[in-house]
Amino acid sequence: MAVLNEYISFIIERSDQLLTLTGEHIYLTLIAVVIAIAIGVPLGILITRVKKLSGFVIGLANALQAMPSLAMLGFMIPILGIGSRPSIVMIFLYSLLPIIKNTYIGLSNVDESMLEAGKGMGMTGGQLMRMVQLPLALPVIMGGIRISAVTAVGLTTLAALIGAGGLGQLIYRGISMVNNKMIIAGAIPAMILALLVDFVLSLMEKAVTPKGLRK
Amino acid sequence: MIRFENVRKNFGDTEVIKGLNLEINDNELVVLIGPSGCGKTTSLKMINRLIEPTSGKIYINDQDALKLSPIELRRNIGYVIQQIGLFPHMTVGENIGLVPTLKSWPKDKRDKRTKELLELVSMPPDDYMDRYPSELSGGQQQRIGVARALATNPDVILMDEPFSALDPITRRQLQDELFNIQEELKKTIVFVTHDMNEALKLGDRICIMRDGQVLQFDTPENLLRHPDHGFVETFIGKDRIWQKPEYVRVEDIMIHNPIKAIPKRTLTQAMEIMSGSGVDSLMVVDEKDKLLGIATAGDIRDKWDKAKRLDQVYKRDVLSVHPGDSIVDVLKMMAQNDIGYIPVSDDEGTLKGLITRSSLVKVLGEKYLG
Repeated sequence: MAVLNEYISFIIERSDQLLTLTGEHIYLTLIAVVIAIAIGVPLGILITRVKKLSGFVIGLANALQAMPSLAMLGFMIPILGIGSRPSIVMIFLYSLLPIIKNTYIGLSNVDESMLEAGKGMGMTGGQLMRMVQLPLALPVIMGGIRISAVTAVGLTTLAALIGAGGLGQLIYRGISMVNNKMIIAGAIPAMILALLVDFVLSLMEKAVTPKGLRK
Repeated sequence: MIRFENVRKNFGDTEVIKGLNLEINDNELVVLIGPSGCGKTTSLKMINRLIEPTSGKIYINDQDALKLSPIELRRNIGYVIQQIGLFPHMTVGENIGLVPTLKSWPKDKRDKRTKELLELVSMPPDDYMDRYPSELSGGQQQRIGVARALATNPDVILMDEPFSALDPITRRQLQDELFNIQEELKKTIVFVTHDMNEALKLGDRICIMRDGQVLQFDTPENLLRHPDHGFVETFIGKDRIWQKPEYVRVEDIMIHNPIKAIPKRTLTQAMEIMSGSGVDSLMVVDEKDKLLGIATAGDIRDKWDKAKRLDQVYKRDVLSVHPGDSIVDVLKMMAQNDIGYIPVSDDEGTLKGLITRSSLVKVLGEKYLG
C-alpha cells in the first residue's frame, strides 16, 4: 500500500511533466501512423492491381520490420539528425508493414465472384475498387492499422533516445538513475495508451464493417 | 441479334473455343449447354468481353463488340452470375440500382425503377428495398440477381448458370418466373446451364457444345426428335422425349398397319378379316387408301344380313388425327369423346395408321415402365 501511495504522489508531483510527455508521445505516434496509413494503404492498393510489385514491396517492408529498431534509429541520425523527425520516420517505417500487408490481403481476398459481378455490370477499375473491393476489405485493413498503431505506441518510447521526448524519456531517465518509480511512471501511461488505442480502433473496426456483413 | 463469326479462344496452349459460329436472334432465349469444359461459359463471357476472343468476330446488333468500349458494352447488357452475385455490403435497393447508378441516373428515376423491378419479381419493395442480401433466402437473392440484370432494361441478358446453386423446388419456381418474365419482356437471353431439364424448359433454342464446338443447335423439339447420333443423343438421354409428352407425336405411337377394308366387302368377308387379324374394328378406305370411316364388329352384328355390304353399315364422319399431332391432344380428344379408336390420316385424307386405347397403353407402358 505504501508503495502505491508513494507512486501516486510521485505522479502527482510530476503531473505537468507527465502530461507534456504523454502529449508528445501521442503526437509522435499519431503523425507516424497517419503517414503510414496515407502511404501504406495506397501502396497496398497499388500492389493488388500490379501484382508484379507485390513481392518486392512486401519483402522490403518485411526487411524494414526485421531490422532492430535501435539500429534503425542509429542509421537515422546521420541522415536526419536527432529530434522528432528521425523518430517519426522510424515509427512510420515500422508501422508500414502491417498496413500494406493487411490492405493487400484484404483486397486480394475479396471473392472472385464479386469482382466478376462488378466488372460484368460495367464498373471501371476505379469504381470496382471504390464500390466493391475497398468496402469489403475495410475491416481487414482496419485490423492492420490497429496492429500498427498499438506497436507504434510502444516503439515511440525509443524516440526519447534521440531527444524526441515522449514517455520513453521517463523510462530511460529512470533506468540511468535506477529509479523504479520513474520507470513505472513512464511505462504505465504508455501501456494504458496502447490499450486505449487498441480499444478505440477495435470499435472503429466494427464501425467500418459494412452493415450487410455484420453478424 | 448476337453473331459469333469463327471465334476462337486459347488459354495458353489449349484451344478452348475452336471456331464458333453462332447466331442468336432477337427476343430469343438460347441455352448453351454441355459438359464442363465445353466452352459454354467462355462463349457467354465473350459476349460482354469479360473474356476476349483470340480471333474471330462477335457482333451485337451488327456492331462489332470488340470495337465498342467494354465498360459501355457491359452496362448495356444484363448479367446474372452463378450463386452470390449480389454485393453483400449493399442493400437490395442499392444492388438493383447499381447499373443505373453507374449510368448516373437521377435518384428518383432509379428508385422508381428499383420498385418496379421488385414488383416484377414478386418481392414487395417496402419490405425488401432496405434489406441486405444476407437476410434473404437463396431463391430471393437470385430473384434480385435477375431484377438487377433488368435494371436499365437492356435488350440482351446473359445468365451464367443462375439457378444451379438453388434447391430443386426453388429452382423450378425461378425457372417458371423467368419463363413468365421472358414471355412478357421478350429479351434476347443467352443462358448457360448444365441441366438438360432446365434447357428444355426454358430454351427457344438449345446449343449443345463439346470441346469448344457446337454439336447441334436447334429447337428443343427437334433436338428431342432428331438428336445427332453419338454424343448429342447420349447427352440428351435417348428416351428424354418421353418426359416431354407434348413433343411425342401420333406417328411415334400409332399402329402403322391398321386392318382395313373397302366398302364393297360383304359383311361376312368383313367378319372374316377381323377374326383373322384378331381385331374388332376395320378402317374403311377406298381404293387409294383414303379413309372413309370405321366399321366395328358391334355395328356389323347389329345390322347383320349376309347380303349387306360394308358401305351399308360403316360409320362415316369419324374423328381422325394427323401423324404430326401431339399425343397430349389425342389423349384429350379420346377422353372428351369417350372413344377407343382414332384413325390417323394425312392432309390428303389417306389412312396412315390407327391409335387405340390398347396400343396407347402398350407403347406408353413400354416407355415409362421399361
